[in-house]
Amino acid sequence: MAEVDEKLIRHIGRLSRIDLTDEQVATFGRQLADIVAYMDKLQELNTDGVEPLAGAVAVHNVLAEDVPADSLPPEQALANAPAREGDFYQVPKVIGDSQ
Amino acid sequence: MTDIVNLSAVELRDAVAGGEVSAEAATEAHLEAIEALDGRVGAYNEVYADDALARAREVDERHAAGRPMGALAGVPLALKDNLCTAFGRTTCSSKILADFRAPYHATVVERLLAADAVVLGKTNMDEFAMGSSTENSALRPTHNPWDPARVPGGSSGGSAAATAGRMCAAAVGSDTGGSIRLPAAFCGVVGLKPTYGRVSRYGLVAYGSSLDQIGPFGRSVADAALLLGAIAGHDPHDSTSVRRPVPDYLVRLDEPVGGLRVGLVKEFHSEAVGRETREAIDAAAGLYRDMGAEVVEVSLPHSRIDVDGDGRLSSYAVACYYIVAMAEASSNLARYDGAHYGHRTAEKVADIIDLYSRTRAEGFGEEVKRRVMLGTYALSSGYYDAYYLKALKVRRLVQQDFDAAFGQCDVLIGPVSPEPAFRIGEKTDDPLKMYLSDIYTISVNLAGIPAISVPAGLSREGLPLAVQLLGNVFEEDKLLRAARMYENAAGVGPLVPAMAEEQP
Repeated sequence: MAEVDEKLIRHIGRLSRIDLTDEQVATFGRQLADIVAYMDKLQELNTDGVEPLAGAVAVHNVLAEDVPADSLPPEQALANAPAREGDFYQVPKVIGDSQ
Repeated sequence: MTDIVNLSAVELRDAVAGGEVSAEAATEAHLEAIEALDGRVGAYNEVYADDALARAREVDERHAAGRPMGALAGVPLALKDNLCTAFGRTTCSSKILADFRAPYHATVVERLLAADAVVLGKTNMDEFAMGSSTENSALRPTHNPWDPARVPGGSSGGSAAATAGRMCAAAVGSDTGGSIRLPAAFCGVVGLKPTYGRVSRYGLVAYGSSLDQIGPFGRSVADAALLLGAIAGHDPHDSTSVRRPVPDYLVRLDEPVGGLRVGLVKEFHSEAVGRETREAIDAAAGLYRDMGAEVVEVSLPHSRIDVDGDGRLSSYAVACYYIVAMAEASSNLARYDGAHYGHRTAEKVADIIDLYSRTRAEGFGEEVKRRVMLGTYALSSGYYDAYYLKALKVRRLVQQDFDAAFGQCDVLIGPVSPEPAFRIGEKTDDPLKMYLSDIYTISVNLAGIPAISVPAGLSREGLPLAVQLLGNVFEEDKLLRAARMYENAAGVGPLVPAMAEEQP
């Protein structure tokens, strides 16, 4: 399995959208390496021909009637908004110059 | 007042229905217990004293007017703080949701209110249900009422401690890898994880969506049965909830299961389990035999537990569970980004990605960050097949083991934990050490089957011991009856920690 090094930790931090300090990169690096090594134990098991099981209790194609119903009113939906402008959540620019 | 808190939830419900105790007196008594003890225990994040009393009075008024009463009328309950309530806050014991006020009730909460239960407050937990000791709460650790220097277990530690400490008549928690059963075992109360799909997850803050289930804590098997009946059943808001009728779990509870076959899980009966816990399981097997049940040995090969060179326990099922749970968690916790609700960083940010990354760095605790990152890793390009997909295949093997075992028996028996409650701080230096607390509980969540932790007495050190019974999918009625058989025969009786016996 891949080595859990600083480069990988920073990459995962970016994918996870979590800023990491240098100290955290070091600590998480050690801890994650340990845990990943433990998970590598699964490679010992032969799973050829075994179907993956995503959900333990099989429920299939649960559909709702295509009928309009009440949904959360805007005031309630916005009640916890950290920043709002009218009926909108206000956030920093999504499409930036760097992208 | 102290007498009321020693009634079981069923007894209290009957006393209120029969007019012997008012809902107000019941609520008052439990609020007094919270006042007396919670400073030392720290079970509650929020207590709704005024609202609870108002509601209790309203229940009494309707009762006096001869109106029909719900199945839990006047029973004071505590709810784990990952259950959305439109009253108070729903924090998941995380800084990122410190001031979050849910705009709706979880379905389970709706059902408990419809049953006329009284909600005393929201209880402490490991942050986002990630933990086995409640030490990962961003607010405070909860202390075990049996020994405040010890953990109550987790992640539903607050609900378990409140139930054990008589600070509520019963409580509700959630279980993803043992988070009801482990704290129940550590606190000397009954804790049940229902079959996946038995209880609606709508309004339960999601951790591992294919693993999570909501379930009851009570001081007796009957109390767990009472609560399960009130919360179980299909919910159109939760497409993973099943359309199966909910039996009356109480009506036949005291009827022993005729021809019961109990399977002693071979892999769970090794030296890895503490001697006193193993003795409790052997004693339970003996009691079942005395009652005419057949006790056989069964094997769950993929739940096998090995001891490696460093004396560390290792298990395929634990590795499988953590990959699946962390992968699902990384997805589920992506929503906490500071955009729509919850904490948002006050720092100046360059763009929205920066907003997310700063907010989450500030709002998530260490364990949550660790699990989100591990989950992201397991799902990331290049690693998905080796980790997540592999884990899902192992999950199938774990489930097949249970299918085979239930071909030979009705219920399985094993430990909940290798040992009784450990000391606060004892396992926090090593995440993996903490993960291994779940070694006997996680297979159950992988397979989706129901399981219950039942008190088995006290250790020589005076700490609660427990046995775990596992049932086949949707066979909670049989599982509860088998648990009741053990509870009755063992005669352990409700266990009361010393602090709950103090007179005011």
